Amino acid sequence: MTTTLDAPPRAAAATLGKGRPWYWWAPYAGIGAIVLYCLSPFYWMLVSSLRRSNDIFSDAPVPSPFSVENYSAAFSEDNGFLRALLNSFLVAGITTVLVLLIGTLTAYALARLDFRFKNLVLGIVMVTSMFPTISLLVPLLELFSSIGWINTYQAMIVPSMSFALPLAVWNLTAFFRQMPTELEEAAQIDGCTPAQAFRKVILPLAAPGVFTTAIITFIAAWNEFIIALSVVNEKSLKTAPVISSQFTGTTDFDAPFGTQMAAGVIVTIPLVILVLLFQRRIVAGLTAGGVK
Amino acid sequence: MATTVDAPPTPPPPAPPVKQDRRAGTGRLAALLVSPTMLVLALVVAYPILAAFRLSFYRDNDGIDPETGLVQSGETFVGLDNFTDMFSGDAGERFRNALMNTTTFTVVAVSIEVVLGVLMALVMHRAFKGRALVRAAILVPWAVPTAIAGLLWRWIFQADGVVNKILDLDEPVLWTTDGIQAWFAVIIADTWKTAPFIGLLVLAGLQVISNEVYEAAKLDGASPWKTFWSITLPLVKPTLLVAVLFRILDTLRLFDLPFTLIGPGKDATDTITVIAYEEAVKFGKYGPASAYSIFLFAYVAVVAFVFVKLLGADVLGTRDGKKGR
Repeated sequence: MTTTLDAPPRAAAATLGKGRPWYWWAPYAGIGAIVLYCLSPFYWMLVSSLRRSNDIFSDAPVPSPFSVENYSAAFSEDNGFLRALLNSFLVAGITTVLVLLIGTLTAYALARLDFRFKNLVLGIVMVTSMFPTISLLVPLLELFSSIGWINTYQAMIVPSMSFALPLAVWNLTAFFRQMPTELEEAAQIDGCTPAQAFRKVILPLAAPGVFTTAIITFIAAWNEFIIALSVVNEKSLKTAPVISSQFTGTTDFDAPFGTQMAAGVIVTIPLVILVLLFQRRIVAGLTAGGVK
Repeated sequence: MATTVDAPPTPPPPAPPVKQDRRAGTGRLAALLVSPTMLVLALVVAYPILAAFRLSFYRDNDGIDPETGLVQSGETFVGLDNFTDMFSGDAGERFRNALMNTTTFTVVAVSIEVVLGVLMALVMHRAFKGRALVRAAILVPWAVPTAIAGLLWRWIFQADGVVNKILDLDEPVLWTTDGIQAWFAVIIADTWKTAPFIGLLVLAGLQVISNEVYEAAKLDGASPWKTFWSITLPLVKPTLLVAVLFRILDTLRLFDLPFTLIGPGKDATDTITVIAYEEAVKFGKYGPASAYSIFLFAYVAVVAFVFVKLLGADVLGTRDGKKGR
């Protein structure tokens, strides 16, 4: 996947054999700039979280001395942060599992079976992912208050499916389409029904795609904010992003930034680890699902 | 669209009835596989939208009934009042301000993000070394929850925070209070979070452009600038158009950033979603909140329509399918 774009023709010809053109460093500078752009705010969150609360306003690039004071403050009893992390895992995890169970079936049909209304179904899945969450949330809020669902897990999980399900179906459809059709043809010649071909041939081979979709869906559900903020007001049920945004300091005017940064690091670290481990797959999934 | 289901390559002579069976079986199977998704979408998307539409014509009764002296409950049909109120009086002022913010955020943020994203993609496309590093780095802003990103930037933009220290002005800028600087703070935070993502999508588009096209341009002596405008950009346009559409739809429903970075109730940064949230959750006024959200829904629908019909954004990837996959 090499390009030849980086040198205009004459310059390239002129520098042949004479070593690099004078601007050989430009791509490296560009790479450096991108990495700096992406990571420096995150680095600042990490550094600030590791300062003592006395020198939280310090601008030293490395905290001295290192301190985990903010982390113990984040996990202190009255913040309920540990419980919030558990809530986030439950809500995002259950949403992901439900959405994958339903979405895998639909995606297989969309990618592989020829049936009427296929484009209509594709269109519906695409259009629903465009709806603004608030348009769904207001009536659901009214509904949930009348059926007693306020302050329940299902009140967070059910609306989350509105964005997670189209995302999963879309990603999985792209993955199934990429798989060679010869596999099922072979299976069907050997006497498999389409359903058997799906179960015995496609699903095992699609495992990486399903896994990648699971990660992307989990991250989307983990990062969800407005639904969790609206349908739950009891502290013990709030998710981690909501709790972090509502930490209070000792006084109203003293926003506990150190604690918030520590909480932010903890909420983000699982995702960053997932991203670092599976970056290749995630990029493939995002670009396949989002662009094609 | 090649399918696999019917017609095995060498059907045995008495095939027709079997083939018929398979076809019918396929239709049933498809219905079986697709219906759970359709059912869930009907429950969590279609029903709420219809309910919001209905709610937008109603208003909760409040106050005391003058005749009975009891606190009123229930709701009254008010026709288009919730909508006409969006354009008159105090509530109207607040709504129009939010509409303005929503629009300016979308136009400005997405424009900056597209330029930065394309630049990033061009750089990444040329990088032979450090590609893994840059790909990992670029996924970090995407992975940070938006609400947390808001808190992070709130900290960076504090009166005695790091931005003001770097700027080193006589008077610190009060970024997170209100006013145009708060608007800028939201734009900067949004750009940080999503420009790399656009870069990633455009990079995927760049990678499918065949090298021969560039070789030909080179032979014809095209300058890099000319190559970019006449070859690279037109060829990544389909990718870019879809990415831009999704970014626009995402920014039109902007909530997390203004909410956690600046806070609700600020003229400079309240978006339609923020005021609809406040009406519904804080004041329990589902009628006006629904009217706002229905307006936003229509706004989103119009933008999506323009992109798909007039600009030809290929969101379903059907053109891709026709190329024979």
